[in-house]
Amino acid sequence: MPEITLEMKDITKRFPLVVANDKVNFAVYQGEIHALVGENGAGKTTLMSILYGLYQADSGQIFIKGKKVNIANPKVAINLKIGMVHQHFMLVPPLSVTENIILGMEPIKNNIFIDLERATNKVKEISESIGFKIDPHAKIENISVGIQQRVEIIKILYRGAEILIMDEPTAVLTPQEVEELFEILRSLIKQGKTIIFITHKLNEVKAVSDRITVMRRGKVVGVKNTKDTNQEEIASMMVGRKVLLEVDKKEHNFGKTVLKVDKLNALNNKKLPALKEISFEVREGEILGFAGVEGNGQTELVEVISGLRLAAGGKIKLYDKDITNYSPRDIREQKIAHIPEDRRQRGFISNYSVAENLILGSNYRPPFNKGLTLNFSAINNHAAKLIKDFDIRPSDRNNLLKSLSGGNQQKVIVARELFGEPRLLIAAQPTRGLDVGSTEFVHQQILNERDKGKAILLVSADLEEILSLSDLIAVIYEGEIVAILDPKKTNEKELGLLMTGSVRNNKFPKKK
Amino acid sequence: MFGSIFNADFIASSIRIAIPLALAGLGGVFSERSGVINIGLEGIMLTGAFTSIAVTNFIQNPWLGILAAIIIGIFLGLIHGITCITFKANQIVSGVAINLFASGITVFFSWLLFNETQIMAKISLPIWGLSIPNLGEGSSFLRSIIIIFAHHSPLVYLTIIIFILSHLIIFRTPFGLRLRSVGEYPQAADTMGVNVIKIRYIAVMTSGALAGLAGSFLSLEQAHFFVKEISGGRGFIALAAMIFGKWTPFGTAGAALLFGFGEALAIRLQSVTAVPVQFINMVPYLLAIFVLVSAIGRAIPPAADGIPYEKEVG
Ligand SMILES: Nc1ncnc2c1ncn2[C@@H]1O[C@H](COP(=O)(O)OP(=O)(O)OP(=O)(O)O)[C@@H](O)[C@H]1O
Ligand SMILES: [Mg+2]
Repeated sequence: MPEITLEMKDITKRFPLVVANDKVNFAVYQGEIHALVGENGAGKTTLMSILYGLYQADSGQIFIKGKKVNIANPKVAINLKIGMVHQHFMLVPPLSVTENIILGMEPIKNNIFIDLERATNKVKEISESIGFKIDPHAKIENISVGIQQRVEIIKILYRGAEILIMDEPTAVLTPQEVEELFEILRSLIKQGKTIIFITHKLNEVKAVSDRITVMRRGKVVGVKNTKDTNQEEIASMMVGRKVLLEVDKKEHNFGKTVLKVDKLNALNNKKLPALKEISFEVREGEILGFAGVEGNGQTELVEVISGLRLAAGGKIKLYDKDITNYSPRDIREQKIAHIPEDRRQRGFISNYSVAENLILGSNYRPPFNKGLTLNFSAINNHAAKLIKDFDIRPSDRNNLLKSLSGGNQQKVIVARELFGEPRLLIAAQPTRGLDVGSTEFVHQQILNERDKGKAILLVSADLEEILSLSDLIAVIYEGEIVAILDPKKTNEKELGLLMTGSVRNNKFPKKK
Repeated sequence: MFGSIFNADFIASSIRIAIPLALAGLGGVFSERSGVINIGLEGIMLTGAFTSIAVTNFIQNPWLGILAAIIIGIFLGLIHGITCITFKANQIVSGVAINLFASGITVFFSWLLFNETQIMAKISLPIWGLSIPNLGEGSSFLRSIIIIFAHHSPLVYLTIIIFILSHLIIFRTPFGLRLRSVGEYPQAADTMGVNVIKIRYIAVMTSGALAGLAGSFLSLEQAHFFVKEISGGRGFIALAAMIFGKWTPFGTAGAALLFGFGEALAIRLQSVTAVPVQFINMVPYLLAIFVLVSAIGRAIPPAADGIPYEKEVG
């Protein structure tokens, strides 16, 4: 019988609008990787925040190694050797890797100063013990998300954590980075640590976890041994109904060319070339999926087409109209919709209500605008309709976006962007961080648009998504399209190799 | 004409004019590094200017006058902290309130205690350093060095020490690291067990202390009197110095010196040109605007500057 290292009993936590945790019981064995899954808003992050002392439970008890504890703040959690990697990274961008790691527990020399040398050595030592190298002096704002996540892991190990909570660590990682993360997790288990792992990707659950706790709407609906279950069963436990894990896509013919990109060049934020003479087309009823490791020009491509970044050369045509370097508003006027990659930054305004967010971008047009004032009855009707059509929860249109779970925030964006019959839809990482139910929903919406004859440009780091949705896949590497593939004739492995530049495929299939 | 303007005395007076700007600007650095905007610096300076003269004249000890100015500064900083940190009020509004309060209360007490709004300092601090030689031409280089570096009020030396210490505190100590993180990303600091609220209070009270000290220098040392509104917008110039100095102590000191130079220049120009004095008095402010728009690189404030910290959203 394995030893229970952590037990949470009858935890209840109410927020003004919802009961986020409703008498939750949660137990973790020493030395296991325990997956915590559940749809968006199920209460996973809340439960873990209570364990880490960020929130106080309204009722319930926590036991560590059988001893009852009262975790009033993160400091107490740290002392109990609990560490947490948050869903949104808790790193201070202008500070260095080392400064972030030691923050709050700084080694001291001469009684007053930070002993940076000792700190740096310790950081190196920890990172090597789990098998990777890191530049301790690099600033967080200059390193990739994958590396930032390692900094988060080192940060909690530096504090001597024995129980590691990882809240959706893979949502922002590329497939290669996910593999590397799993290696790190396995080496941590060998060191005797215990890991709680939150994810929406059921194949990951299957790949690394020993046991699974499933939550739905604030309650625990089941605990399973990983080897005794399968993805379908977990998915239906999470959502409470059967979920289609595979999309079902009808064959059809494509229409006229909607978007034509010709020899497009663009610079990245560091003023270096990000796109090098990229050319491609998207036709009516076609989904063109861009696969690539993050940072190879996808972000810039989407920004240039949606008017958020200037093209440095080349042409973008919508049907026969040259729209290169139009302003974002003029581009929206051309009925190009954009589901942005960075939703917190560009997708919504977190202090605005659902109704307000649903009219962003058309707020200046009738019927929402009537001269000097807004037409609130039109706005409210609009909100009521979209909340119903897209099943946005909770369904009150006056909720602020920041109080919604990630999945529901994304539904708000998708609802807004699909409204008004766009001619071209640009969807960047449309299901990042979404649960299986919401993912299925968003995929269905994208396919509906396709079947209505809309052109869709899909950018995603999730290869499964690319493979299942796209009619044609473009692999982008260092700002160039290195391959154009038929999804039926390729697989994740081949894509992975192309994406990392390990092989080049010059046989572009000819279009009919 | 230039020889008569740009000499050692000119540089020394630039330094003296720069001191209150630098100290108050440093106060701004502490406060904003922690995420609290403090435009009340102006009012705290004014209150400090009055308090130091009043206490000095009553107790006959300028050191205690300065100490009183610092204490009143800390107190006003505490009030700003309570409204902005604990009650999460708008930081600009709270700063404006402090400024208005200071204008009123200083005039009120001048009338109450002294029956006038211009109060002469009965004593001031001694000059520390070497005496200025007047042995003719041969000593003029040595003379300049002494005038610039070694013939000042003790507060000038104290200011230099404060700046060095502040730099070390902000960039080398655990407190400084926590301070910077709290102003950039308080949630992250909180998850690392840093007490965000406590750090912010310390920072805002420190900024009050520094602005109070700046005020005492202004009245006791620079003007030798208190008059209503003696701070005359210097608290805002100090904030400009802080921005131009990119929220670092040394940068702020450099910017304050530049503004001090501008004001010293304006004073000199008045005596040698026929340009109306109102125009000449614009020089330091034009310099400030010119410098801010042409600042080397963009000035990026701490990311959480001005945003109250809330643990649970919604
Ligand atoms: N600070 C808060 N204030 C108000 N409501 C909140 C707050 N945090 C979470 N909630 C609500 O509590 C519920 C549970 O949220 P939680 O973030 O724990 O979900 P989750 O399971 O982590 O979802 P996701 O997979 O989207 O991250 C949601 O309905 C959410 O809207
Ligand atoms: Mg969550």
